Amino acid sequence: MSTTAILFWFLSALALLSATMVLISKNPVHSILWLIIVFFAISGHYILLNAQFIAIVNLIVYAGAIMVLFLFVVMLMNLNSDSEPQKNNRLRLAGTIAGGCLMLIMIDVVRSASEVQNATAMVREGNIGLIKTLGKVLFVDYVVPFEITSVLFLSAMIGAVVIGKKD
Amino acid sequence: MTLLAIDWTLLIEKLVLIAVIITASLVIAMYATYGERKVAAILQDRVGPNRAGPFGLLQPLADGMKLFFKEEIIPNTSNKLLFVLGPCLAMLTAMMTSAVIPWGNEIHFTLFGADRHIPLQIADINIGVLFIFGVVSTGVYGIMIGGWASNNKFSLMAAMRGASQVISYELAMGLSFIALLMLTGSLSMKTIVEQQVHGHWNIIYQPLGFLIFLICAFAECNRAPFDLPEAENELNFGYHQEYSSMKLGFYLFAEYINMFISSVIMATLYFGGYDVPFLNEANLPVNIAALIGVVALLVKAFIFIFIFMWVRWTLPRFRYDQLMNLGWKSLIPLALVNMFITGAVILWRQG
Repeated sequence: MSTTAILFWFLSALALLSATMVLISKNPVHSILWLIIVFFAISGHYILLNAQFIAIVNLIVYAGAIMVLFLFVVMLMNLNSDSEPQKNNRLRLAGTIAGGCLMLIMIDVVRSASEVQNATAMVREGNIGLIKTLGKVLFVDYVVPFEITSVLFLSAMIGAVVIGKKD
Repeated sequence: MTLLAIDWTLLIEKLVLIAVIITASLVIAMYATYGERKVAAILQDRVGPNRAGPFGLLQPLADGMKLFFKEEIIPNTSNKLLFVLGPCLAMLTAMMTSAVIPWGNEIHFTLFGADRHIPLQIADINIGVLFIFGVVSTGVYGIMIGGWASNNKFSLMAAMRGASQVISYELAMGLSFIALLMLTGSLSMKTIVEQQVHGHWNIIYQPLGFLIFLICAFAECNRAPFDLPEAENELNFGYHQEYSSMKLGFYLFAEYINMFISSVIMATLYFGGYDVPFLNEANLPVNIAALIGVVALLVKAFIFIFIFMWVRWTLPRFRYDQLMNLGWKSLIPLALVNMFITGAVILWRQG
């Protein structure tokens, strides 16, 4: 087994374990901390694919900013396992079955997608995720959708300010 | 068949380099605490520490020893694992940024008949600046986790303050970065330094950007006048109130390491890194040039550390609303204006 394969299996196991822990942790703060580990594991996968820019941006945006805000809100609301209302068992069972069905469908769709079949991931080569390639793609091929997205973000930001403003 | 196809000599080289850099930053941070007290003493017309050793030079050792021998207290109502994890994370993130800093040019020697060129940089990755940014943005977890796990209202409030302050100032810092990156056209720290070695230092092109960066660095390190997470008149002692012994020491020490590393980053990005002005390194032997480069970088960093201390003992602490107003209403617009001007000038020069 090569180093890359070992790293891949380690990161995958870590991501799956942490994702499970996000769901079954009783304490919301612990859930968030596990979610942060998931983001780190996914960033590790990006690095294996030689997409360093996407990896680091994933860390800056998700682990560094969004998760801090999550943690912020949860810590300030002081949610504890005791104050959290416990769901009854029948609801839990229904939730598990519904979620499981959704997962099966997703796995099946991804497996049978024609783009994925017979395709191999380029490990440690390829330059799709490098900043130069990505910048050229975003600002040459997809410049109009990209700019429209940024206008959308701006309007969302202004909307948040207007809602949050005391009158 | 080899189990792991790794270049072992490269691995050993890097491990030695990491050990040297980490030891050096720890020792420098240790003596920064001594420097801090001496600078404070001079500014306040006192003598400062002068009992342990000649000129009080052994004072940091005595302080460290004292912290180690103190009783280790973990509060009963705290979250034990996270309580210990907090200071560890603070220390880890403080050390990690040093990985992408070019400490000097390469050194060259012959070992067992093999020529080795060793660049004095742990990793020259093509996203160096973003790496620093990423580590800095995760650095806030040490404070937040520690403050929350203490299960103390004051610690929690202080941790919240720290987190919101760091997030707010990160934006302005990022914007001042962008203006610099438009000039350099590269995210690699090594390339940025090489450009400055062959051309002018970036401070000439980006004075406003540097000023914004400096202020944000004060805020990111939680240093005075931005040390609101430790405002003792409002919050007793701040986010590390429940900590004792070396866990407290880790928090205090991480602050000094952060200070040293951010000084080095400022020197690297804006003041030419290991470049010595008016000296052509190419005429000197490789190893001597590298050595001079390291010394030059450290001298620049020490000047910045002195500025950190000078500011701390000169300016009073901000009020919280003043801090937020400065960050969101002054620094971010200024950084945006700086970015626009830089972009316009670059476009105008390209014609």
